[in-house]
Formats: sequence, C-alpha cells, structure tokens
Amino acid sequence: MNKLKSAAELERLRKKIVSQRDPKRTCVVTSVGTCGLARGAAGVAQAIAAELNKDGLKDTVDFRTTGCHGFCEIEPVVVIYPQRIVYQHVTPADVPEILSETVAKGKVIDRLLYTDPASGRKIIYEQDIPFYGKQYRLLTDSIRFIDPHNLDDYIALGGYSALSKALFDMHPEEALDEISKSGLRGRGGAGYPTFRKWEAMRSAPSYDGIRYVICNADEGDPGAYMDRSLLEGNPHNIIEGMIIGAHTMGSHDGYVYVRNEYPLAVQNLGIALEQAREYGFLGKNILGSGFDFDIKISRGGGAFICGESTALMASLEGHIGEPRQKHIHTAMKGLYGRPTDLNNVETWANVPLIINRGAKWYTKIGTEGSKGTKIFSLVGKINNTGLVEVPMGITLREMVYDIGGGIPDGKKFKAVQTGGPSGGCIPESLLDLSVDFDRLNEAGSMMGSGGMIVMDENTCMVDMARYFVKFLTEESCGKCVPCREGLDRMLDLLNAVTEGKGKKADIDLLEELGGVIKEASLCGLGGTAPNPVLSTLRYFRDEYKAHVVDKRCPAGVCKALIKFTVDAVNCTGCRVCAKECPEGAITGEKKKLHVIDQEKCVKCGLCRDLCKFDAVLVS
Amino acid sequence: MVELTIDGTKVRVMEGTSVLEAAREMGIVIPTLCYYPGLTSYGECRVCLVEVAKGKGRSSLEASCAMPVEAGMVVLTNSEKAVKARKVVMELLIASCPTSKTLQDMASNMGINKIRFAIKDRGCILCGRCVRFCKEQMRSGGIGFVGRGTSRKVATAFGVTPVECRNCGGCEWICPVCERACTANNLVNGLCGGCQNVAPVETCRICIGCSESVGAHGHSVY
Amino acid sequence: MEVDFKRVDAIVDSYGCNRDSLISILQDAQSEYRYLPEGVIRRVASRLRLPIIQVYGVATFFKAFSLKPRGEHLVHVCLGTACHVRGAPAVLDEVKRQLGVETGETSKDMRFTLETVNCLGACALGPILVVDGNYQGQMRPGKVKSVLKQYRKGAEGN
Repeated sequence: MNKLKSAAELERLRKKIVSQRDPKRTCVVTSVGTCGLARGAAGVAQAIAAELNKDGLKDTVDFRTTGCHGFCEIEPVVVIYPQRIVYQHVTPADVPEILSETVAKGKVIDRLLYTDPASGRKIIYEQDIPFYGKQYRLLTDSIRFIDPHNLDDYIALGGYSALSKALFDMHPEEALDEISKSGLRGRGGAGYPTFRKWEAMRSAPSYDGIRYVICNADEGDPGAYMDRSLLEGNPHNIIEGMIIGAHTMGSHDGYVYVRNEYPLAVQNLGIALEQAREYGFLGKNILGSGFDFDIKISRGGGAFICGESTALMASLEGHIGEPRQKHIHTAMKGLYGRPTDLNNVETWANVPLIINRGAKWYTKIGTEGSKGTKIFSLVGKINNTGLVEVPMGITLREMVYDIGGGIPDGKKFKAVQTGGPSGGCIPESLLDLSVDFDRLNEAGSMMGSGGMIVMDENTCMVDMARYFVKFLTEESCGKCVPCREGLDRMLDLLNAVTEGKGKKADIDLLEELGGVIKEASLCGLGGTAPNPVLSTLRYFRDEYKAHVVDKRCPAGVCKALIKFTVDAVNCTGCRVCAKECPEGAITGEKKKLHVIDQEKCVKCGLCRDLCKFDAVLVS
Repeated sequence: MVELTIDGTKVRVMEGTSVLEAAREMGIVIPTLCYYPGLTSYGECRVCLVEVAKGKGRSSLEASCAMPVEAGMVVLTNSEKAVKARKVVMELLIASCPTSKTLQDMASNMGINKIRFAIKDRGCILCGRCVRFCKEQMRSGGIGFVGRGTSRKVATAFGVTPVECRNCGGCEWICPVCERACTANNLVNGLCGGCQNVAPVETCRICIGCSESVGAHGHSVY
Repeated sequence: MEVDFKRVDAIVDSYGCNRDSLISILQDAQSEYRYLPEGVIRRVASRLRLPIIQVYGVATFFKAFSLKPRGEHLVHVCLGTACHVRGAPAVLDEVKRQLGVETGETSKDMRFTLETVNCLGACALGPILVVDGNYQGQMRPGKVKSVLKQYRKGAEGN
C-alpha cells in the first residue's frame, strides 16, 4: 500500500473500493465486541468461517466481523445482508443451519428470531426491532458495516473525506467556526462547549511551540461503555476527528489515554493507527498537505480519577494520578506544561460528521442548548439492555419504555441514575424530563458520560447511595481532606443506616457533610461525589427515614434489615437449600417444610437463588 | 499589578501572587496548614478556604493558597459560608489526626466543641510539606506519597531509607502536626483544648502558625 | 526472586524508553512475573531515570498493580453499578466463601487471587465473573461453585 499523497488519490482509492463491492452480494455479519465475546461470539465467528470454507461458499458470500450493534441483550448476533435478517443468541451449533437455510436458500429460521415482548411478534429484520425505533444512530450505525481491522471498510463509507475537506478546502479558523456554530458540547460528562476549549488551546502560547491533543478514553463510570464500543467498533472515526482537531489547533502530537480494563479497544485502536500510518493519514505530510501528526496510545492503570483531565495528564507524564487546581486551565498549561486540548471519545467522533455535513445541518438535531445525539448505555433493571443513541431532547420516559422495553418481571420503575457516581437519580415523577445537559443539571443530576442505570422497586436507594460513596472512597486519590476523610465518614454514616444502626441526626449530618465536600474539594471527583447521596435524599428521603426510624428496608435489600423465611405453601422439602446453606442454618426432613434458623442465617441469598419452587421469602 | 477586592477593601498586588499572600499583605490572616512560604502551594488541607464571587449572585469556595489573583476578583475571607466549611474541614482533620497540639488549638480557636465523626488516627494529615521540602528545598526527593485514598501515606520506596536521604531532619521539622504531639491523656469527643483551656492565650483567633512560643502572657499579631 | 534484567530491559526498550509509557511498561513487566517484584520496579526506575519513590508511588497508586505474588488463577468480580443492581455483592460473597479469601487476597495454596473491578464494560451480561480472562456472564450465587470447579480440577487432574 503506497501512502496517499493527495485528496484526489484518496477519492480514487475510495471509488475503487466501492466499485469492487456489490451491495447485493450476500454478507454474513456477526458482532465480536467485548459483550458479544463474553457470550461466546468468538466461537460463532470461528464456526461461520469454518463452515463457509467447507461449503465452498467463501467465493460468493462475504463474511464480516464487526463491533457492537447496540442491542447487547440479544448477543451473540448474526445478521445476513442484503436483507438484514437478524438472528439472536446464536451458538456455534446453529451455524451450519444458518448457512444452508438462510444464506443458501433465503429461508428464515424461526427459532432464532427475536420476539418483541410487547407485541409477541417475531422480528425478522434488524431495523424492525422496536429497540432501534426511536433511536437516531448517527455515530453508531456505521459500526455494523465496519470490520475494525480493515481500513477499507471505513473508507468505503466516506471515511477520511472530512479530513480531506479540513486539510484542503478549509482554513483552520473555518473549521473552528464550524465547531463553534454546531454547538457541540463535551460528551465526557460536563458538557463544556468544545469550541471554547479548542479556541483557548489554539491561542495559548507554548514555550517551545509544542501543543497536544488528547483523547480521554478512561471511561471510568461503572455502567457506561459507549466509548469502549466506539473504539472497538470504529476507531478510525476517532482518529479522523483527532487529526482534524490537531490541524485546527496546530498540534502535531496526540495521545489516546485508554483505561486498562479495555484490552480489545487498545488492540483495535493499535491496529487502526498502524493502518492509518500505512495509508498516509498519520505521520509526516498527511495526504500531501504538509501537515505532520501522529498519535500514541497510553494505557491507564485502574484509577477512576484518571478520567479527570489534570490527573490523566499527571499519569501520562509518569506520575501518580493526582489532580491539581484548575485555576490555570490545561488548555493553557497542560501536559508537560504545554497547551493541551483534552476531549472525550464521543466528542471526537462527532467532529468528522460536523465538518462533512456542516454545522447548520447538525444544529437541526437536538434542543436549543444541547445539539446532536448522545450515546447512552441503558442497563440495570431494564428489558432491552444495550447501547442507545438518541437525539438530545428525547424524554427519559421514551428511553425507558419505548426503547428500553420497560422493567422486567412486571416490576415497578423506581428511578434512573444518570451521570454515574457524579450524577443523581431521577424518580418516576420526573420521567418526562428531556435528555438535555441543562435540564438534567436542574433536576440535581447530570448528563454524565452516558451511563443510564434503571432501578426498580427492589432497589434500595440508600443502598445505591452507599454503593456510590463506597466506590468513590476506593477511587479517591487521597490528596485533599474533604474527599479523603469526608467521603470515608459519609460511608460510615451510610453503613450505619443500612445496618439498622442509624439515627435521625445522621441524615442531617449526611446532608451537611455532603454540602461541604461539594464546595471544599479540590477536584471534580470530590466536588460531585455527594451528588448521589444528596439526590436520593431529595427524592427518596422517606426511604432513609424508614431505615433509621423503623429499622426497615422497604426494598428488601439491606441485609441487616431483612429476614429470609421458607414459605409453607411452596416448600416441597427437597433439601437442596439445607445442603447448600453455608452456615447450616436450614433444617428440615425430606418432603417436610424446612425452617431457617434466624440466628445462624447470614442473608447470603443462596437458598432463594437455588430454590426451584419460589419457596424462600424475603421480608 | 492586579487589583482585587478582599473583605471590601481594594488592594493591588503583583501578578502571580496568591489570594492568601495578597490577604496577608493587607494584614488579613487566613488559617493554613499545608501552605509554607518557599514551597509550591499544594491545596490539600482546604483550611485556607475563602469565598470568591462568581457573578450572577453565585460564589465558590477556593483554597486561597493555590489561587492566583485576578483583576476584579471579589474575595471574602471570613464569610459565613467559608467559616462553616473551614469548621467541618477542621473536624475532619481532628477526626483523622487527633493527637496534635496544632490541630487541637486551631479547633479551639474556631470554636469547635464537638467532633461528630469517627476518630481514625492516621498520625498524619498528608499535607505533603515534608515531601515538598525534601524535593524542592533539599533537592533529594527520597520520600513521597504511596497508595491511594485513606491508605495514602508518606513513605519511602519499599520502606527502606532512600539513598537520597541526607538526614537533614527537614521533614520532621516542617511537619505541622507530629512535631507538636498532644500529651493530654484523655480526648473527649476527639477534642482536648487542654492547653488552651489551662493557659488561655491571646492568639490571633484564626491561625496557629506563628504562636510557636506562646506564653501565658499571650502575644498580639499584626 | 531472581529478576531477569534482559526481559525488563526489552520491555522498556519496546516503548522507546519513554516515561510517558511508564504504566504500560509496568503492566507488561507484571504480566511476565504475575506481579511486580522489587527488582523489576527498581530496574524500570533506573532505566527511565526516574526517582525510585516516583515509580514506587505509581506502582502502589494504580489498582492494576500488585506488589505481592498472586495466585495461579486470577478471579475478578465486577462491581460496576449495573452489576451491583443485578446482585453482584451476593456473587462476591459466595466467591469469597468458596475460595476462603477476602478481596485482594490470595488463597493459601497460591491457586486463586480474588480482586474486584469497577466495571468491565459488559453491563448487559451482569453480574460478571472473570477467571483468567474468561468471562462468565449472568452469574448467580448458585452458579459460583460450578464455575470455580473447572479451575480447581485443573491442578487435581495433574
């Protein structure tokens, strides 16, 4: 592969690639992102490759492995093009039939089809799945067409045409202007206007002319995996965005800081960078423009705090991930004291789109204050778990019920957590709130990076608050007093409450302490840490009161406040629970009602889990 | 020169001065622990918090030792919000390092009479003065921060005396808390205040840094 | 613990002896020895010309590193929010009980080390248990015993 030396050469290559592809040709696609792999997608992919070889179909049928298609609930998934027939929960054993029936003869295999729980209908085509109905998959739709190890797939879709435009048809100031007019706001959580960061960094003086652009792929919010999916499935999208940004801001050195827990993202990004260099999109004299730029991958070491910009940069420099005060912004003095622009993965992914289609087109999507789309990971107590891309302005109700398919097992919706450990919960009464940076802030939560965790009547909000504070005490860097010691004492108070040892005064103290930690902490981790506690106190104060006054956990979660008993009606005396009980707390003869000794019971829940007759009750 | 307003009074200071230093030039004393002249500011203890106006009726609390002055800034060093936050921070400090005369006296001066949080004696407030002194003044850098969160400690690599150590004793000397270990036998609710109660002195009500050789006669500051 | 300096040096060189790759270097070194021995940390510091306390600080700050030898099998339980809501704590308790260790500890026979992770990004499958990089989704306390069985058997079978 000879390096492309001009925009014209790129277009010639693109035409050539597209002309060699027949959209009517049968193509078998399976997704091998991390969630697919965790469910056995590797085996399915191998089986397909082997079977195609065997049947001699290799020459007439294409096979493509892609990243995540978004509907993680039905993985491993196989999609047959051009019809886009979709099969769910595929196993290697299903593969021969798929090839002999669907690929060869076009016949649909009924048992592998997804059934829509609402209508009871079996869905044949991927686009008809209700989960996708209200989504606007601007950034994520391309993933199903792209093998992340093959740059040609990205080029065939129009990839790197935005770069070409930015390098040859636009002046950097025009590119900056487009980003400004687009209203793009940071997708990492805080929603800061992207153009302001770019502008500040661009005009900041550098003591030796070097300035940096960094992609923050530290995605630490537990429950959020949008960035992972983008990096695994379409790494070139981010690379292209970064090259455009670097050109606009006059930077020649870029970094992608990826968290340690994403090995596949690191691998696919590495392969993509190599290929980009081969083709001439990275390195010296990009596309013959005279612009030099390259990107290095830097891995995190397992620290949530390294998602904070100054801690990330400290870690990149080889120090501990300790933040500093941001009175002097990183755009002025960042990595190695030089002007640095740091943007989130999804923010970078939006850049080529805006350059190609223009700000005017982009601003048609979304609300007044929040333009474009946002990717969310819809998880927790929800039927349709997956990665969802929606236009800003859609309501939470639509997300939970229309896209998410509602709460499983007929349980009642209780709250949805947005913004991870920095955000807050939103109760049923506010479900008609629209997904918008400012609306969510007003409600006491925040957009965050996109983690959206749904909770039902069996989720204890006090337990959730305790969970988040515990998480943050483990992730606190320990530098400043309010965060290090304050969160630790907040955890003490929440532990007491969930163990039935709390007092009414504890609730007031939690609020007071939370308020001070918010104001007094050095960085954003401490500054937002009290949010889950404060927001659950705001909307679910009664639950706290029940814990301290009545010593009761209404949701049936807090171990010290619940009791496991055996239901006399359902128990068949099968002895399974008694045999497995780690504390030997269950006694009972065969075929006779079993009894749990409350003194010995440690509430581990194993009996409830193992009982096939629903005979273990929790009160 | 930069002009800003502190506690209602306009003041002009050189660019690059911190709000803390600007206030001190005016004779306003703000309590400090991790700050030490000659060392880079760190912003760890949060005891030097002041309230800074942010426009539209909003304000934020900032560590004055780490905040450079800006033209037109409006600062309140003793507002209700700042004092309230400082008190809670002080409570947390005592809760994590109770046997320190410096901290006990500071708490007494702030009018704290109850520590409402569990006492967990870490024996250190992690102000980092020793670390910064070793690195910046002695140019050795043999000690540093190790671990994370509440397990964070000042230590040497692998617990052995580092080759860089010159036995200067600077780390011990500059420590604001361990130097003045409290010798009172019983802490009530984490508080002692024994020294202050037994021999009350007229110290400036906020900072304890200069009251090194406090005597029964007291002394006046500024 | 005998440290093969050649291996450590090769790793450092593969990253161009660059300080900005410190974490990656330590990670690659750790996968060679299954933990970070003192000798390795000292060698990396010396090659990168960094103060030993800085590299030691980094090795003790980041959760990915272990300065103590770890067991033959690494068991990770995900405690991300989605997994928590779906019952991960009960799964963790059962794993602790089955292995006889607390989080961060290694079993006495040096076979298993238990660690928790705060989100692996596979939330649709929660709760998740990972043993030696193999993911087990939709865990329930009742499934723990059988999942661990295949790894216990390994040694007994030898």
